[in-house]
Amino acid sequence: MSEACTSRELMIYTISRLLRGVRHVAVGQSSPMPAAGAMLLRALNERDGQERVQVSILGSVKHNSFTGGAEELFDCAAQGRLDAFFLGGGQIDGQGNVNLVGTGDYPNNQVRWPGSFGSAYLYFLVPRVILFREEHSLRSLVERVDFVSAPGVSDETVYRRGGPHALLTNAALFSFDREAGRFRLESTHPGYDWRDIRGTTGFSYDNEQCEITTPLPDEATLSLMRDRIREELRECYPQFAGGLPGPG
Amino acid sequence: MTDFVTPREMAEMIPSGCKLGLAPDDYAAAPGLVRMLIDRGIRDLHVVCAPIGGMQVDMLIGAGAVATLETSAVSLGEAGGAPCFSRAVRDGSIRLRDATCPAVFAGLTASEKGVPFMPIRGIIGSDVLKKRDDWKVTSNPFDDSEKIVVVSAIQPDIALFHAPEADRSGNVRLGRRRETMLLAHASKTAFVTVERISETSLLEDEKLAAGVLPAIYVGAVARLEKGGWPTGLYAEYPRDGQEVEKYARAARSPEGFQAYLRDSRSAA
Repeated sequence: MSEACTSRELMIYTISRLLRGVRHVAVGQSSPMPAAGAMLLRALNERDGQERVQVSILGSVKHNSFTGGAEELFDCAAQGRLDAFFLGGGQIDGQGNVNLVGTGDYPNNQVRWPGSFGSAYLYFLVPRVILFREEHSLRSLVERVDFVSAPGVSDETVYRRGGPHALLTNAALFSFDREAGRFRLESTHPGYDWRDIRGTTGFSYDNEQCEITTPLPDEATLSLMRDRIREELRECYPQFAGGLPGPG
Repeated sequence: MTDFVTPREMAEMIPSGCKLGLAPDDYAAAPGLVRMLIDRGIRDLHVVCAPIGGMQVDMLIGAGAVATLETSAVSLGEAGGAPCFSRAVRDGSIRLRDATCPAVFAGLTASEKGVPFMPIRGIIGSDVLKKRDDWKVTSNPFDDSEKIVVVSAIQPDIALFHAPEADRSGNVRLGRRRETMLLAHASKTAFVTVERISETSLLEDEKLAAGVLPAIYVGAVARLEKGGWPTGLYAEYPRDGQEVEKYARAARSPEGFQAYLRDSRSAA
Protein backbone atom coordinates (compact mmCIF):
# COMPACT_ATOMS: atom_id res chain seq x y z
CA MET A 1 0.00 0.00 0.00
CA SER A 2 1.17 3.51 -0.76
CA GLU A 3 1.20 6.33 1.77
CA ALA A 4 -2.34 7.32 2.85
CA CYS A 5 -4.05 10.27 1.14
CA THR A 6 -2.94 13.51 2.78
CA SER A 7 -5.22 16.41 3.67
CA ARG A 8 -3.88 18.42 0.72
CA GLU A 9 -4.37 15.55 -1.68
CA LEU A 10 -7.98 15.19 -0.52
CA MET A 11 -8.55 18.89 -1.23
CA ILE A 12 -6.95 18.62 -4.67
CA TYR A 13 -9.14 15.60 -5.46
CA THR A 14 -12.24 17.43 -4.17
CA ILE A 15 -11.46 20.41 -6.39
CA SER A 16 -11.31 18.06 -9.38
CA ARG A 17 -14.76 16.70 -8.41
CA LEU A 18 -16.18 20.22 -8.13
CA LEU A 19 -14.89 20.99 -11.62
CA ARG A 20 -16.52 18.00 -13.33
CA GLY A 21 -18.20 19.01 -16.55
CA VAL A 22 -16.35 22.29 -17.14
CA ARG A 23 -14.79 22.98 -20.55
CA HIS A 24 -12.45 25.80 -19.51
CA VAL A 25 -11.09 26.44 -16.02
CA ALA A 26 -8.62 29.18 -15.13
CA VAL A 27 -6.44 29.42 -12.05
CA GLY A 28 -5.04 32.69 -10.66
CA GLN A 29 -1.62 33.51 -9.23
CA SER A 30 -0.42 31.89 -5.99
CA SER A 31 -2.98 29.07 -6.14
CA PRO A 32 -1.12 25.75 -6.16
CA MET A 33 -3.97 23.54 -4.96
CA PRO A 34 -6.58 24.88 -7.38
CA ALA A 35 -3.96 24.48 -10.14
CA ALA A 36 -3.41 20.88 -9.05
CA GLY A 37 -7.16 20.19 -8.95
CA ALA A 38 -7.65 21.58 -12.45
CA MET A 39 -4.68 19.58 -13.77
CA LEU A 40 -6.09 16.46 -12.11
CA LEU A 41 -9.47 16.90 -13.81
CA ARG A 42 -7.70 17.30 -17.15
CA ALA A 43 -5.63 14.16 -16.54
CA LEU A 44 -8.64 12.11 -15.36
CA ASN A 45 -10.73 13.14 -18.36
CA GLU A 46 -7.85 12.26 -20.67
CA ARG A 47 -7.44 8.88 -19.00
CA ASP A 48 -11.15 8.12 -19.16
CA GLY A 49 -11.62 9.34 -22.73
CA GLN A 50 -13.91 12.18 -21.65
CA GLU A 51 -14.22 15.74 -22.91
CA ARG A 52 -10.94 17.64 -23.14
CA VAL A 53 -10.57 20.32 -20.49
CA GLN A 54 -8.85 23.63 -21.23
CA VAL A 55 -6.76 24.60 -18.21
CA SER A 56 -5.34 28.13 -18.05
CA ILE A 57 -2.82 28.59 -15.25
CA LEU A 58 -1.82 32.22 -14.82
CA GLY A 59 1.92 32.56 -14.42
CA SER A 60 2.58 29.39 -16.40
CA VAL A 61 4.25 29.23 -19.79
CA LYS A 62 3.32 25.60 -20.47
CA HIS A 63 -0.23 25.52 -19.12
CA ASN A 64 -1.58 28.75 -20.55
CA SER A 65 -2.52 29.30 -24.18
CA PHE A 66 -3.58 32.96 -23.96
CA THR A 67 -1.74 35.10 -26.49
CA GLY A 68 -3.62 38.32 -25.69
CA GLY A 69 -1.88 39.03 -22.39
CA ALA A 70 -3.32 38.98 -18.90
CA GLU A 71 -6.42 40.86 -20.02
CA GLU A 72 -7.50 37.96 -22.24
CA LEU A 73 -8.62 35.98 -19.18
CA PHE A 74 -10.97 38.80 -18.23
CA ASP A 75 -12.27 39.20 -21.75
CA CYS A 76 -12.91 35.44 -21.92
CA ALA A 77 -14.85 35.64 -18.66
CA ALA A 78 -16.96 38.55 -19.88
CA GLN A 79 -17.87 36.64 -23.04
CA GLY A 80 -18.83 33.46 -21.23
CA ARG A 81 -15.80 31.50 -22.45
CA LEU A 82 -14.66 30.62 -18.94
CA ASP A 83 -16.62 28.13 -16.82
CA ALA A 84 -14.74 28.01 -13.54
CA PHE A 85 -12.31 30.03 -11.44
CA PHE A 86 -11.07 30.08 -7.85
CA LEU A 87 -11.04 32.74 -5.20
CA GLY A 88 -9.36 32.56 -1.83
CA GLY A 89 -9.83 35.23 0.74
CA GLY A 90 -8.44 36.08 4.11
CA GLN A 91 -12.07 36.28 5.21
CA ILE A 92 -15.18 34.69 3.69
CA ASP A 93 -18.59 35.37 5.21
CA GLY A 94 -21.95 33.60 5.27
CA GLN A 95 -23.33 35.64 2.35
CA GLY A 96 -20.41 34.59 0.16
CA ASN A 97 -18.61 37.94 0.40
CA VAL A 98 -14.84 37.62 0.10
CA ASN A 99 -12.18 39.89 1.59
CA LEU A 100 -8.72 39.80 0.06
CA VAL A 101 -7.67 43.21 1.36
CA GLY A 102 -7.24 42.98 5.13
CA THR A 103 -8.67 43.12 8.64
CA GLY A 104 -9.58 46.28 10.52
CA ASP A 105 -10.40 49.62 8.96
CA TYR A 106 -9.41 50.48 5.41
CA PRO A 107 -7.05 51.97 4.29
CA ASN A 108 -4.75 51.53 7.29
CA ASN A 109 -5.57 47.86 7.89
CA GLN A 110 -3.79 46.28 10.84
CA VAL A 111 -3.36 43.12 8.82
CA ARG A 112 -3.04 43.76 5.10
CA TRP A 113 -3.30 41.00 2.49
CA PRO A 114 -2.11 41.34 -1.11
CA GLY A 115 -5.31 42.81 -2.57
CA SER A 116 -8.45 42.06 -4.53
CA PHE A 117 -6.76 40.83 -7.75
CA GLY A 118 -9.51 40.10 -10.31
CA SER A 119 -12.12 39.04 -7.74
CA ALA A 120 -14.40 42.10 -7.96
CA TYR A 121 -14.97 41.25 -11.62
CA LEU A 122 -14.64 37.49 -12.09
CA TYR A 123 -17.08 36.74 -9.25
CA PHE A 124 -19.82 38.30 -11.39
CA LEU A 125 -18.96 36.62 -14.66
CA VAL A 126 -17.64 33.10 -14.06
CA PRO A 127 -20.50 30.62 -13.51
CA ARG A 128 -18.65 28.32 -11.15
CA VAL A 129 -16.42 30.19 -8.69
CA ILE A 130 -14.94 27.84 -6.13
CA LEU A 131 -13.99 29.48 -2.86
CA PHE A 132 -10.91 27.82 -1.52
CA ARG A 133 -9.53 28.59 1.92
CA GLU A 134 -7.31 26.01 3.55
CA GLU A 135 -7.71 27.41 7.05
CA HIS A 136 -11.10 26.57 8.55
CA SER A 137 -11.39 28.83 11.58
CA LEU A 138 -13.44 31.55 13.23
CA ARG A 139 -11.03 34.16 11.91
CA SER A 140 -11.22 33.04 8.26
CA LEU A 141 -14.94 32.11 8.07
CA VAL A 142 -16.67 35.11 9.62
CA GLU A 143 -20.17 36.46 10.04
CA ARG A 144 -19.33 39.64 8.12
CA VAL A 145 -16.12 40.45 6.25
CA ASP A 146 -14.24 43.64 7.23
CA PHE A 147 -13.89 44.64 3.57
CA VAL A 148 -15.89 43.41 0.58
CA SER A 149 -13.44 42.72 -2.25
CA ALA A 150 -16.24 40.95 -4.12
CA PRO A 151 -19.87 40.52 -3.03
CA GLY A 152 -21.48 37.06 -2.92
CA VAL A 153 -24.83 38.16 -4.32
CA SER A 154 -26.21 41.15 -6.27
CA ASP A 155 -29.65 42.57 -7.04
CA GLU A 156 -31.27 42.31 -10.47
CA THR A 157 -30.04 45.73 -11.65
CA VAL A 158 -26.51 44.33 -11.84
CA TYR A 159 -25.39 42.07 -14.69
CA ARG A 160 -24.39 38.85 -13.03
CA ARG A 161 -24.15 35.33 -14.34
CA GLY A 162 -21.42 34.15 -12.03
CA GLY A 163 -20.85 33.69 -8.34
CA PRO A 164 -19.97 31.29 -5.55
CA HIS A 165 -20.47 27.60 -6.30
CA ALA A 166 -18.77 25.92 -3.35
CA LEU A 167 -16.51 26.62 -0.39
CA LEU A 168 -13.73 24.14 0.32
CA THR A 169 -11.51 24.20 3.42
CA ASN A 170 -9.15 21.71 5.05
CA ALA A 171 -12.09 20.46 7.14
CA ALA A 172 -15.27 20.57 5.06
CA LEU A 173 -17.08 21.22 1.81
CA PHE A 174 -20.04 23.61 1.49
CA SER A 175 -22.26 24.42 -1.49
CA PHE A 176 -23.78 27.87 -2.00
CA ASP A 177 -27.45 28.62 -2.64
CA ARG A 178 -27.52 31.84 -4.68
CA GLU A 179 -31.26 32.41 -4.18
CA ALA A 180 -30.98 32.19 -0.41
CA GLY A 181 -27.48 33.69 -0.30
CA ARG A 182 -26.38 30.97 2.15
CA PHE A 183 -23.95 28.10 2.39
CA ARG A 184 -24.99 24.48 2.96
CA LEU A 185 -22.67 21.93 4.57
CA GLU A 186 -22.20 19.10 2.07
CA SER A 187 -19.57 16.92 3.77
CA THR A 188 -16.87 16.90 6.40
CA HIS A 189 -13.38 15.60 5.69
CA PRO A 190 -12.11 12.45 7.46
CA GLY A 191 -11.13 13.32 11.03
CA TYR A 192 -13.81 16.03 11.42
CA ASP A 193 -17.50 15.80 12.29
CA TRP A 194 -20.30 18.32 12.01
CA ARG A 195 -19.74 19.55 15.58
CA ASP A 196 -16.15 20.47 14.73
CA ILE A 197 -17.37 22.42 11.74
CA ARG A 198 -20.09 24.23 13.72
CA GLY A 199 -17.50 25.20 16.33
CA THR A 200 -15.01 26.63 13.84
CA THR A 201 -17.36 28.39 11.39
CA GLY A 202 -18.23 31.98 12.19
CA PHE A 203 -21.41 32.19 10.10
CA SER A 204 -24.72 30.29 10.02
CA TYR A 205 -25.37 27.75 7.26
CA ASP A 206 -27.83 25.02 6.33
CA ASN A 207 -27.62 21.26 6.98
CA GLU A 208 -25.56 21.79 10.13
CA GLN A 209 -25.79 18.18 11.31
CA CYS A 210 -24.35 16.75 8.12
CA GLU A 211 -23.11 13.16 8.54
CA ILE A 212 -21.57 12.72 5.08
CA THR A 213 -17.78 12.24 4.82
CA THR A 214 -15.89 13.75 1.88
CA PRO A 215 -14.92 10.86 -0.43
CA LEU A 216 -11.25 9.94 -0.82
CA PRO A 217 -9.54 9.37 -4.17
CA ASP A 218 -8.92 5.77 -5.27
CA GLU A 219 -5.39 4.37 -5.64
CA ALA A 220 -5.17 5.09 -9.37
CA THR A 221 -6.16 8.75 -8.87
CA LEU A 222 -3.74 9.10 -5.99
CA SER A 223 -0.84 7.79 -8.05
CA LEU A 224 -1.78 10.12 -10.92
CA MET A 225 -1.48 13.02 -8.45
CA ARG A 226 1.86 11.80 -7.16
CA ASP A 227 3.42 11.42 -10.59
CA ARG A 228 1.98 13.48 -13.42
CA ILE A 229 0.30 16.27 -11.45
CA ARG A 230 3.28 16.79 -9.19
CA GLU A 231 5.51 17.12 -12.25
CA GLU A 232 3.13 19.54 -13.97
CA LEU A 233 3.02 21.71 -10.85
CA ARG A 234 6.80 22.07 -10.63
CA GLU A 235 7.02 24.78 -13.27
CA CYS A 236 4.98 27.35 -11.32
CA TYR A 237 4.99 25.92 -7.81
CA PRO A 238 8.32 24.19 -7.20
CA GLN A 239 8.16 24.53 -3.42
CA PHE A 240 4.60 23.31 -3.15
CA ALA A 241 5.21 20.38 -5.52
CA GLY A 242 8.28 19.39 -3.54
CA GLY A 243 6.17 19.18 -0.39
CA LEU A 244 3.63 16.73 -1.85
CA PRO A 245 4.09 12.96 -1.49
CA GLY A 246 5.65 11.27 -4.49
CA PRO A 247 8.85 9.82 -5.85
CA GLY A 248 12.01 11.95 -5.77
CA MET B 1 13.29 58.54 -31.68
CA THR B 2 14.45 56.03 -29.16
CA ASP B 3 17.50 56.91 -27.06
CA PHE B 4 20.00 54.18 -26.33
CA VAL B 5 21.39 54.82 -22.87
CA THR B 6 23.12 53.04 -20.01
CA PRO B 7 20.98 51.72 -17.17
CA ARG B 8 22.36 54.44 -14.85
CA GLU B 9 21.43 57.10 -17.38
CA MET B 10 17.95 55.61 -17.67
CA ALA B 11 17.56 55.76 -13.89
CA GLU B 12 18.46 59.48 -14.02
CA MET B 13 15.84 60.06 -16.73
CA ILE B 14 12.97 58.95 -14.46
CA PRO B 15 12.10 61.97 -12.29
CA SER B 16 10.85 61.95 -8.73
CA GLY B 17 7.12 62.62 -8.57
CA CYS B 18 6.25 61.00 -11.89
CA LYS B 19 3.48 58.52 -12.55
CA LEU B 20 5.36 55.29 -13.18
CA GLY B 21 3.70 52.24 -14.75
CA LEU B 22 5.25 48.87 -13.83
CA ALA B 23 4.75 45.33 -15.14
CA PRO B 24 4.19 42.31 -12.88
CA ASP B 25 6.99 40.15 -11.47
CA ASP B 26 7.90 37.11 -13.59
CA TYR B 27 6.47 38.69 -16.75
CA ALA B 28 8.28 41.92 -17.55
CA ALA B 29 9.24 43.49 -14.21
CA ALA B 30 12.48 45.48 -14.19
CA PRO B 31 13.90 44.98 -10.69
CA GLY B 32 17.42 45.66 -11.96
CA LEU B 33 16.58 49.20 -13.00
CA VAL B 34 14.24 49.75 -10.07
CA ARG B 35 17.18 48.98 -7.83
CA MET B 36 19.11 51.84 -9.49
CA LEU B 37 16.14 54.17 -8.94
CA ILE B 38 16.33 53.34 -5.25
CA ASP B 39 20.08 53.88 -5.17
CA ARG B 40 19.71 57.31 -6.69
CA GLY B 41 17.10 58.25 -4.05
CA ILE B 42 13.98 58.68 -6.18
CA ARG B 43 10.94 60.01 -4.25
CA ASP B 44 7.18 60.76 -4.42
CA LEU B 45 6.36 58.28 -7.16
CA HIS B 46 2.80 57.52 -8.18
CA VAL B 47 3.21 53.84 -9.02
CA VAL B 48 0.66 52.17 -11.28
CA CYS B 49 0.91 48.38 -11.14
CA ALA B 50 -0.30 46.83 -14.38
CA PRO B 51 -2.15 45.16 -12.78
CA ILE B 52 -0.28 43.82 -9.71
CA GLY B 53 3.00 44.44 -7.94
CA GLY B 54 5.65 42.24 -6.38
CA MET B 55 9.19 42.48 -5.12
CA GLN B 56 10.25 45.57 -7.09
CA VAL B 57 7.20 47.48 -5.82
CA ASP B 58 7.77 46.31 -2.26
CA MET B 59 11.37 47.53 -2.47
CA LEU B 60 10.33 50.93 -3.80
CA ILE B 61 7.87 51.25 -0.91
CA GLY B 62 10.48 50.11 1.62
CA ALA B 63 12.91 52.70 0.28
CA GLY B 64 10.36 55.47 0.83
CA ALA B 65 10.09 56.20 -2.90
CA VAL B 66 6.31 55.80 -3.24
CA ALA B 67 3.70 58.45 -2.41
CA THR B 68 0.72 56.84 -4.17
CA LEU B 69 0.20 53.21 -5.07
CA GLU B 70 -2.44 52.14 -7.57
CA THR B 71 -2.65 48.33 -7.65
CA SER B 72 -4.87 45.27 -7.58
CA ALA B 73 -2.46 43.46 -5.26
CA VAL B 74 1.11 43.34 -4.00
CA SER B 75 2.51 39.88 -3.29
CA LEU B 76 5.79 37.99 -3.33
CA GLY B 77 4.09 34.87 -4.73
CA GLU B 78 5.34 31.66 -3.15
CA ALA B 79 7.47 33.75 -0.76
CA GLY B 80 4.29 35.18 0.80
CA GLY B 81 3.06 38.69 1.62
CA ALA B 82 4.93 41.86 0.73
CA PRO B 83 6.43 43.07 4.02
CA CYS B 84 7.24 46.73 3.22
CA PHE B 85 3.82 47.17 1.58
CA SER B 86 2.02 45.77 4.66
CA ARG B 87 4.03 48.04 6.95
CA ALA B 88 3.34 51.11 4.83
CA VAL B 89 -0.39 50.35 4.82
CA ARG B 90 -0.41 50.08 8.62
CA ASP B 91 1.62 53.28 9.05
CA GLY B 92 -0.43 55.15 6.47
CA SER B 93 2.77 56.24 4.75
CA ILE B 94 1.46 55.62 1.22
CA ARG B 95 -1.75 56.79 -0.40
CA LEU B 96 -3.57 53.67 -1.56
CA ARG B 97 -5.75 53.29 -4.61
CA ASP B 98 -6.88 49.69 -4.46
CA ALA B 99 -8.14 48.30 -7.76
CA THR B 100 -9.15 45.06 -9.42
CA CYS B 101 -7.02 43.74 -12.30
CA PRO B 102 -9.46 44.17 -15.23
CA ALA B 103 -10.30 47.71 -14.08
CA VAL B 104 -6.61 48.63 -14.38
CA PHE B 105 -6.62 47.14 -17.88
CA ALA B 106 -9.82 49.04 -18.69
CA GLY B 107 -8.25 52.32 -17.51
CA LEU B 108 -5.12 51.66 -19.57
CA THR B 109 -7.27 50.71 -22.58
CA ALA B 110 -9.13 54.03 -22.29
CA SER B 111 -5.78 55.83 -22.36
CA GLU B 112 -4.59 53.68 -25.26
CA LYS B 113 -7.66 54.65 -27.25
CA GLY B 114 -7.57 58.29 -26.20
CA VAL B 115 -11.03 58.21 -24.61
CA PRO B 116 -11.79 59.48 -21.08
CA PHE B 117 -13.24 56.29 -19.59
CA MET B 118 -14.10 52.68 -20.24
CA PRO B 119 -17.14 50.68 -19.06
CA ILE B 120 -16.55 47.41 -17.25
CA ARG B 121 -18.73 44.60 -15.87
CA GLY B 122 -18.88 43.52 -12.24
CA ILE B 123 -17.45 45.54 -9.33
CA ILE B 124 -20.82 46.94 -8.12
CA GLY B 125 -21.23 46.10 -4.43
CA SER B 126 -17.49 45.85 -3.86
CA ASP B 127 -15.87 48.14 -1.28
CA VAL B 128 -13.09 48.66 -3.83
CA LEU B 129 -15.56 50.78 -5.81
CA LYS B 130 -16.58 52.81 -2.73
CA LYS B 131 -12.99 53.91 -2.20
CA ARG B 132 -12.40 55.07 -5.79
CA ASP B 133 -13.57 58.57 -6.70
CA ASP B 134 -12.32 57.99 -10.26
CA TRP B 135 -14.71 55.07 -10.84
CA LYS B 136 -18.43 55.70 -11.20
CA VAL B 137 -21.63 53.73 -11.55
CA THR B 138 -23.79 54.81 -14.45
CA SER B 139 -26.65 53.26 -16.37
CA ASN B 140 -26.11 51.51 -19.67
CA PRO B 141 -27.04 54.24 -22.22
CA PHE B 142 -28.63 51.57 -24.41
CA ASP B 143 -30.55 49.84 -21.58
CA ASP B 144 -31.59 51.95 -18.58
CA SER B 145 -32.37 48.89 -16.47
CA GLU B 146 -28.71 47.95 -16.20
CA LYS B 147 -26.15 49.63 -13.97
CA ILE B 148 -22.54 49.56 -15.11
CA VAL B 149 -19.20 50.82 -13.79
CA VAL B 150 -17.00 53.23 -15.73
CA VAL B 151 -13.34 53.76 -14.84
CA SER B 152 -11.36 56.81 -15.87
CA ALA B 153 -8.36 56.55 -18.17
CA ILE B 154 -4.98 55.71 -16.61
CA GLN B 155 -2.02 57.37 -18.32
CA PRO B 156 1.36 56.79 -16.70
CA ASP B 157 4.09 59.33 -17.52
CA ILE B 158 6.56 56.51 -18.01
CA ALA B 159 6.13 52.75 -18.39
CA LEU B 160 9.19 50.89 -17.14
CA PHE B 161 9.71 47.22 -17.92
CA HIS B 162 12.25 44.57 -18.90
CA ALA B 163 12.12 42.62 -22.17
CA PRO B 164 14.16 39.96 -23.99
CA GLU B 165 15.42 42.15 -26.84
CA ALA B 166 15.29 45.41 -28.73
CA ASP B 167 16.67 46.20 -32.17
CA ARG B 168 18.79 49.21 -33.17
CA SER B 169 15.66 51.19 -34.09
CA GLY B 170 14.13 50.77 -30.64
CA ASN B 171 11.54 48.13 -31.51
CA VAL B 172 11.08 45.81 -28.52
CA ARG B 173 10.01 42.16 -28.58
CA LEU B 174 7.41 41.34 -25.95
CA GLY B 175 5.99 38.16 -27.44
CA ARG B 176 2.78 37.07 -25.77
CA ARG B 177 3.01 39.60 -22.96
CA ARG B 178 0.34 41.83 -24.45
CA GLU B 179 -0.48 43.47 -21.11
CA THR B 180 2.97 45.04 -21.29
CA MET B 181 2.15 46.19 -24.83
CA LEU B 182 -1.05 47.76 -23.43
CA LEU B 183 0.90 49.47 -20.65
CA ALA B 184 3.33 50.92 -23.20
CA HIS B 185 0.53 52.07 -25.52
CA ALA B 186 -1.26 53.77 -22.62
CA SER B 187 1.78 55.58 -21.23
CA LYS B 188 3.30 58.84 -22.49
CA THR B 189 6.55 56.95 -23.10
CA ALA B 190 8.16 53.61 -22.31
CA PHE B 191 11.64 53.00 -20.91
CA VAL B 192 12.79 49.45 -21.50
CA THR B 193 15.74 47.44 -20.22
CA VAL B 194 16.61 44.44 -22.39
CA GLU B 195 18.70 41.30 -22.22
CA ARG B 196 20.05 41.69 -25.77
CA ILE B 197 20.25 44.09 -28.70
CA SER B 198 19.30 42.53 -32.03
CA GLU B 199 21.36 43.72 -35.00
CA THR B 200 18.52 42.89 -37.40
CA SER B 201 15.13 44.60 -37.36
CA LEU B 202 12.57 42.75 -35.25
CA LEU B 203 9.88 43.89 -37.66
CA GLU B 204 11.44 42.10 -40.64
CA ASP B 205 10.40 38.64 -39.51
CA GLU B 206 6.64 38.26 -39.89
CA LYS B 207 6.67 35.52 -37.27
CA LEU B 208 7.97 37.95 -34.67
CA ALA B 209 6.37 41.21 -35.73
CA ALA B 210 2.98 40.80 -34.03
CA GLY B 211 4.74 40.44 -30.69
CA VAL B 212 6.87 43.54 -31.16
CA LEU B 213 6.25 46.92 -29.55
CA PRO B 214 7.14 49.47 -32.24
CA ALA B 215 9.73 52.15 -31.42
CA ILE B 216 6.95 54.78 -31.76
CA TYR B 217 6.14 54.12 -28.09
CA VAL B 218 9.66 53.58 -26.81
CA GLY B 219 11.54 56.59 -25.39
CA ALA B 220 14.65 54.81 -24.21
CA VAL B 221 16.33 51.41 -24.27
CA ALA B 222 19.15 50.24 -22.02
CA ARG B 223 20.88 46.89 -22.16
CA LEU B 224 20.83 45.28 -18.74
CA GLU B 225 21.51 41.57 -18.70
CA LYS B 226 19.50 39.73 -16.03
CA GLY B 227 17.52 42.93 -15.52
CA GLY B 228 14.57 40.78 -14.47
CA TRP B 229 16.51 39.13 -11.63
CA PRO B 230 15.62 38.02 -8.99
CA THR B 231 12.05 37.79 -10.22
CA GLY B 232 11.87 36.22 -13.66
CA LEU B 233 11.52 37.25 -17.28
CA TYR B 234 8.69 35.52 -19.14
CA ALA B 235 9.84 32.51 -21.18
CA GLU B 236 13.52 33.49 -20.67
CA TYR B 237 14.38 32.67 -17.06
CA PRO B 238 12.34 31.79 -13.97
CA ARG B 239 12.44 33.64 -10.69
CA ASP B 240 15.28 32.98 -8.28
CA GLY B 241 13.02 31.65 -5.53
CA GLN B 242 15.82 31.50 -2.94
CA GLU B 243 16.72 35.15 -3.45
CA VAL B 244 13.09 36.28 -3.19
CA GLU B 245 12.74 34.18 -0.01
CA LYS B 246 15.89 35.82 1.34
CA TYR B 247 14.40 39.22 0.61
CA ALA B 248 11.06 38.26 2.18
CA ARG B 249 12.78 37.21 5.40
CA ALA B 250 15.07 40.26 5.54
CA ALA B 251 12.32 42.80 4.81
CA ARG B 252 10.21 41.70 7.79
CA SER B 253 11.83 44.56 9.69
CA PRO B 254 12.86 48.01 8.41
CA GLU B 255 16.41 47.31 9.62
CA GLY B 256 16.49 43.98 7.79
CA PHE B 257 15.27 45.69 4.63
CA GLN B 258 18.03 48.31 4.85
CA ALA B 259 20.60 45.58 5.46
CA TYR B 260 19.35 43.68 2.39
CA LEU B 261 19.72 46.82 0.27
CA ARG B 262 23.23 47.45 1.61
CA ASP B 263 24.43 43.87 1.13
CA SER B 264 22.96 43.40 -2.32
CA ARG B 265 24.45 46.70 -3.47
CA SER B 266 27.97 45.73 -2.46
CA ALA B 267 27.53 42.42 -4.29
CA ALA B 268 26.43 44.14 -7.52
